[in-house]
Amino acid sequence: MGKTIAEKIFKAHLADEPFGDVSVLKLDRVFCHEITTPTAILDLVSRGKDRVFDPDKIKVVIDHVSPAKDSKTALQGKILREWANRHGVKDFFDIGHNGVCHAIFPEKGFVHPGFTIIMGDSHTCTHGAFGAFAAGVGTTDLEVGILKGVCTFKPPQTYKIEIIGTLPKGVFAKDIILKVIKEITVNGATNMVIEFRGSIVDEMTMDQRMTLSNMAVEAGATSGICLPDMTTVEYLWEFIKDDYSSRQAALDTFSRFRSDDDAVYAKHKTIDVSDLEPLTTFGYKPDNVKPVSQMKGIRLDQVYIGSCTNGRLEDLRIAAKVLDGHTINDHVRGIVSPATPKIFSQAMEEGILKIFMDSGFCVTNPTCGACLGMSNGVLADGEVAAATTNRNFNGRMGKGGMVHLMSPATAVASAIKGEIFNSSLYCEQGR
Amino acid sequence: MKEFKGKGLFLDRSDINTDEIIPAKYLTEIEKAAMKPHLLEDLKLDGFHPKTDIKDRAVIVTQDNFGCGSSREHAPWALEVNGINVVIAPSFARIFRQNMFNCGLLAIELSKDRINTIFKEFGKSNVQITVDIETSVIMVQSKNQTKKIEFQISEFDRALIKTGGWVEYADKYY
Ligand code: SF4
Repeated sequence: MGKTIAEKIFKAHLADEPFGDVSVLKLDRVFCHEITTPTAILDLVSRGKDRVFDPDKIKVVIDHVSPAKDSKTALQGKILREWANRHGVKDFFDIGHNGVCHAIFPEKGFVHPGFTIIMGDSHTCTHGAFGAFAAGVGTTDLEVGILKGVCTFKPPQTYKIEIIGTLPKGVFAKDIILKVIKEITVNGATNMVIEFRGSIVDEMTMDQRMTLSNMAVEAGATSGICLPDMTTVEYLWEFIKDDYSSRQAALDTFSRFRSDDDAVYAKHKTIDVSDLEPLTTFGYKPDNVKPVSQMKGIRLDQVYIGSCTNGRLEDLRIAAKVLDGHTINDHVRGIVSPATPKIFSQAMEEGILKIFMDSGFCVTNPTCGACLGMSNGVLADGEVAAATTNRNFNGRMGKGGMVHLMSPATAVASAIKGEIFNSSLYCEQGR
Repeated sequence: MKEFKGKGLFLDRSDINTDEIIPAKYLTEIEKAAMKPHLLEDLKLDGFHPKTDIKDRAVIVTQDNFGCGSSREHAPWALEVNGINVVIAPSFARIFRQNMFNCGLLAIELSKDRINTIFKEFGKSNVQITVDIETSVIMVQSKNQTKKIEFQISEFDRALIKTGGWVEYADKYY
């Protein structure tokens, strides 16, 4: 009987199966940020266990509220900084070098196919785009990850979702994942791993695959995995070129983790995107999804481009193409946060930031900020935002605020119009 | 291993969520102890007064789907810093249940009938509840009567409890 990629990764990392009911996996990476890690650190200290399993496998960033907005967030940063220093954690990305965790860690080459990764952050599933098993965890699991480099999981059940057809112009990875969540609902993949397959996924860039995997958790999934291929190898090549004799050799190694043809899946679904329209959310759950064409006319107070879902270079390029030569509506506050310093400086070199600024957008430093309503663009009660982020929960970007999730193209088209609006027109012109 | 006994706190409602257990505004706190005064402060339950009704209690008896909503581990912590190490209910939200055992705390499932019987026979009285995880028996005592109830937890969960939670277990065995 064949195996899925998740089963192969589990097998390769199995440390123990205590009493037969759970799998204890060895971890290749433990990622940390300043919101969930300080509590774990303080607890370890209070237990007299202020140790780390391997400083080279722990990667740390201050990203959620940067620069710190008050003394509490400043203290969170301070605790993290001092801990990383005393344990010799070298990959620590502080202000000036920091970016949104799920954008900066892949960009630094820290995520390889076949890896096991945890982080105290629910969108850790993003790293599944590289063919890794990556999952968000609670504080105690994070503590144990830091201390011992292991984590327990139930043996994986996989939901295979095949994306096929021909993607229409103006429709993007974000629209596809919104469609998936709409179809399977917010707990359709609870306790399961989603494996994204099909010709559309094969053709996607890594940026697009990350957008797809990022929102797997919004369907309840533990991780959202894409199979490693030459696109994965190309992305990673600058980081792994000393380890392999050729790209093909790297691919051969990574391909050992690809799911077998006769692997067994708990569930299976095929989605043909040939007729897909740009989508957006309308309520407080990520599966409240409608075509943008049915949501036209909803007045916007703010448009936010950024986050671990859609704050990457490709997203900014698409947005800039739609935005070029236009100014955003007077009553819209436009905010763009390139997800990492590298993305920021490339966007600057390509003239993308100038397009944003000329159109009336405010360009902020890389940070989570507005995505979770902690800083850099919090909504007031009753305000409405269009955002390229991943959660439209009640109060997510500010108490009493409403968030409509959409692709960067739709978001900037809506910023120009001042209300939710389809971008296909702009995309056609831009091409 | 923690102590699993003390006075019962009866919360006769289903779907008590983690926002009710500890509101989101306290998530920027980094010390568990800071959550102590805020346990259940937003709980919607007639006749329940968080200021007076939590003091000295050690065991919660409640209804279905306790701990639903956000995955925050602050919920078990808020219980723990108030000396509440056991919750007994017909069912729990998955992550909350895992978080409890990870912290070395007990989340015990009993059938709905059993829970309803406990509410009926003991719900209004001053009750002492003792959980023995060696024998898997809960003893509920009031002035007038004593009841013994068997329960089940998995071997791995029992091992977590005995070693004081996942941090202690993992540090010992891996
Ligand atoms: S950008 Fe938003 S969703 Fe992503 S890690 Fe930051 S807060 Fe979480």
